[in-house]
Amino acid sequence: MSEDEKIYSILFCGVGGQGSLLLAEITSLTAVRAGYDVKQTEVHGVSQRGGSVETHVRFGAHVWSPVVTPGKSDLVVALEKLEALRFAHFVNRDRGAIVVNDHEIIPGSVSGAAEAYPHDAIRFLQKEGLTVVVLPASQIARDLGDGRMANVVLAGAISSRLPIPEETWLETLRHRIPEKYRALNLMAFAAGRQLAHETVS
Amino acid sequence: MRDEFLLGNQAIARGAWESGVKFASGYPGTPSTEILETLAHYPEVDTRWSANEKVAFEEGMGAAIGGLRVLVTMKHVGLNVAADPFMVFPYAGTNGGFVLISADDPGMHSSQNEQDNRYLARMAKVPVIEPSDAQECKDFVILGMEISERFGTPVMLRTTTRLAHHKALVALGERREVAKREFIADPRLFSVPIYRRQLRPKVETRLEELRSYAETTPINRVEKGDPMLAVVTSGIAYQYVKEVLPEASVLRLGMTYPLPERLLQEFCAGHGVVYVVEEGEAFIEEFMRSIGITNVQGKERFGVIGEYSPARLAEGFGMGQAPPSFSEAIPVMPRPPMFCIGCGHRTVFSALRQLKVTVAGDIGCYTMGALPPYEASHTTFNMGASIGTAIGLESAGQERVVAVIGDSTFVHAGIPALIDAVYNRSQLTLVILDNSTTGMTGGQPHPGTGKSIQGKAAPKLDIAAVCRATGVEMVLTVDAWDRKQVAGAIRKALAHPAPAVVISQGPCQQLPEMKYREFTAYFVDEPLCTQCEACFKVWCPAIIRTDEGFPRINASECTACTVCAQVCPTDAIYPHRETAVMAD
Repeated sequence: MSEDEKIYSILFCGVGGQGSLLLAEITSLTAVRAGYDVKQTEVHGVSQRGGSVETHVRFGAHVWSPVVTPGKSDLVVALEKLEALRFAHFVNRDRGAIVVNDHEIIPGSVSGAAEAYPHDAIRFLQKEGLTVVVLPASQIARDLGDGRMANVVLAGAISSRLPIPEETWLETLRHRIPEKYRALNLMAFAAGRQLAHETVS
Repeated sequence: MRDEFLLGNQAIARGAWESGVKFASGYPGTPSTEILETLAHYPEVDTRWSANEKVAFEEGMGAAIGGLRVLVTMKHVGLNVAADPFMVFPYAGTNGGFVLISADDPGMHSSQNEQDNRYLARMAKVPVIEPSDAQECKDFVILGMEISERFGTPVMLRTTTRLAHHKALVALGERREVAKREFIADPRLFSVPIYRRQLRPKVETRLEELRSYAETTPINRVEKGDPMLAVVTSGIAYQYVKEVLPEASVLRLGMTYPLPERLLQEFCAGHGVVYVVEEGEAFIEEFMRSIGITNVQGKERFGVIGEYSPARLAEGFGMGQAPPSFSEAIPVMPRPPMFCIGCGHRTVFSALRQLKVTVAGDIGCYTMGALPPYEASHTTFNMGASIGTAIGLESAGQERVVAVIGDSTFVHAGIPALIDAVYNRSQLTLVILDNSTTGMTGGQPHPGTGKSIQGKAAPKLDIAAVCRATGVEMVLTVDAWDRKQVAGAIRKALAHPAPAVVISQGPCQQLPEMKYREFTAYFVDEPLCTQCEACFKVWCPAIIRTDEGFPRINASECTACTVCAQVCPTDAIYPHRETAVMAD
């Protein structure tokens, strides 16, 4: 096994305000808690105003670059379908997968975006031969009472695909989520983890 | 000692605290902002946002010659604003340790240019250190203080975006208090020619000493590896080199000005081709060529534009290309950022679009006024440039010119330009978008907000009074969410035969006092709605169209800004206490 194979690379993407940064941070802190060397990178500033956002997380015995390389990501986690399309080329075709929240947000500042939006993004990615896991994370979060928890549903979904025990994820959540929202978020995590088990591809 | 998962910028703040820094100043700017925001939590440090980078630098300069250890932070273009003191201070030299953080932004994630500030440091004859990960961000601030005091010089610590904005585990240490040095009134501190001519040779002597230091400092180190594969690198690029070529021989330069001539000569003499991997310009590479090293390859392989990455290095080393995006096979439309829902800037750009005026914009969230659907801002250059540019456009014969500037940017660099507008008899209309914060960088207080960086009460600048004091006779303050008031005031200002100012006031929706306030979301009463489309034309992303063609307001996104209700001719939009949270 080469050095590269011992490092897990994950790219999180979505729309500014969807909570992809928090999702990435939960993942990083869980990896830290599990004893890994971890690096994470994102870009702050104007892109957070409803624009496309990406966060890279890498963990393993020793991580050099915080930046994930296209074609080498174990997981691409997309909170939105158009963003899934934008970052799908990061997936490692041999061993990686893309986890997509079945959710659409039309870009507000692009003329004609509503007409041109790629509703068939998931079918396209499947045809390209990628391992695609589609989850209605926003719907599940809404059913639980707050659509903003789609990120935590996705945390649950990816948790079973990474070599970290469930209890470590739960410790991070209990530590990171304010008490007021904790119980609901733990339910969102459990729902995502359960669903991922059912949709193992 | 414990490890914490810190942002490069947070690690810099921690390093400043551990090194005994007592004074820290700066102006917000991506990717530097989080440094002072973090440092503000340490009570031992007098941390403040200054009016602009020049003032921040000068305050730091004063505190350092007054005997304190000082940290000053800014983004790369901020140093252009502070270039005057930055070029002059080194002649005098510092008393207490002085470390300047220059946060460069290759790739222009949130900037108007790419600018490698190592060149400014070389021009100022100031040493440059470049950490390569979060741990070194902390350690190099501490080292920077030592270099600064040992050689009596300000030190530049250069970061780039990925270094500033990556998180990694950092081993924390304790704070070491450093005694205040005595302030000595000395001719050195007096920048007049007679003294400066005496100091000038000393600057060269100091550089010679720093060159010797660069030869032996442990932050410039050789990591022996494959003798056939040699790389010289600095900053975050070091991590990429180790990622892509773990077997290479590496000369890691933690100090990139002045550069270690002998070390570079020796390293290059022992290898065939030596690759130079540095983010930004060919700063190290040019120096190597200038001292006669010929077996160098750098920018011709890796390029000079944008950010580096492991993929880019692999390609430059001929190790194959990373797969391209799928945009060749399927259209992937862009998703540029946009005004937040309920943003008070929206009404201003709606009015400016309708008035078909020429708009000189400025630096802030309102650069997005140039994007669809508003497309109502025509220039943006640098901090405060809106007013001067508008004056020039007017002089060039452009009629009905409007300058648009935010409150923080107005305080930073707009005030002298407004004085100029009055003095030179401009007729421009200036719209100040007063959202009570520095919005684009994430909501930092400034002198116009009445708050300090610690969130405590501070004296509040009266922006309207400042405008009147410059000699502007017409200063109109309006509610940013009142469409008619905003458009009416801009019309009135345009008709005024002298400079006029419209202050559009409405706090940023991202401020905690707005985000977490209690309000009732608005709702469309379908039986009253005639589907006239007026509310769709306010371009609020929270208003969606139902299958039946009615507008529907997403209650979980609505900010109760009321703008859609103002345009509804049948009063079908109003707050509704029973509105359930609807599907988004």
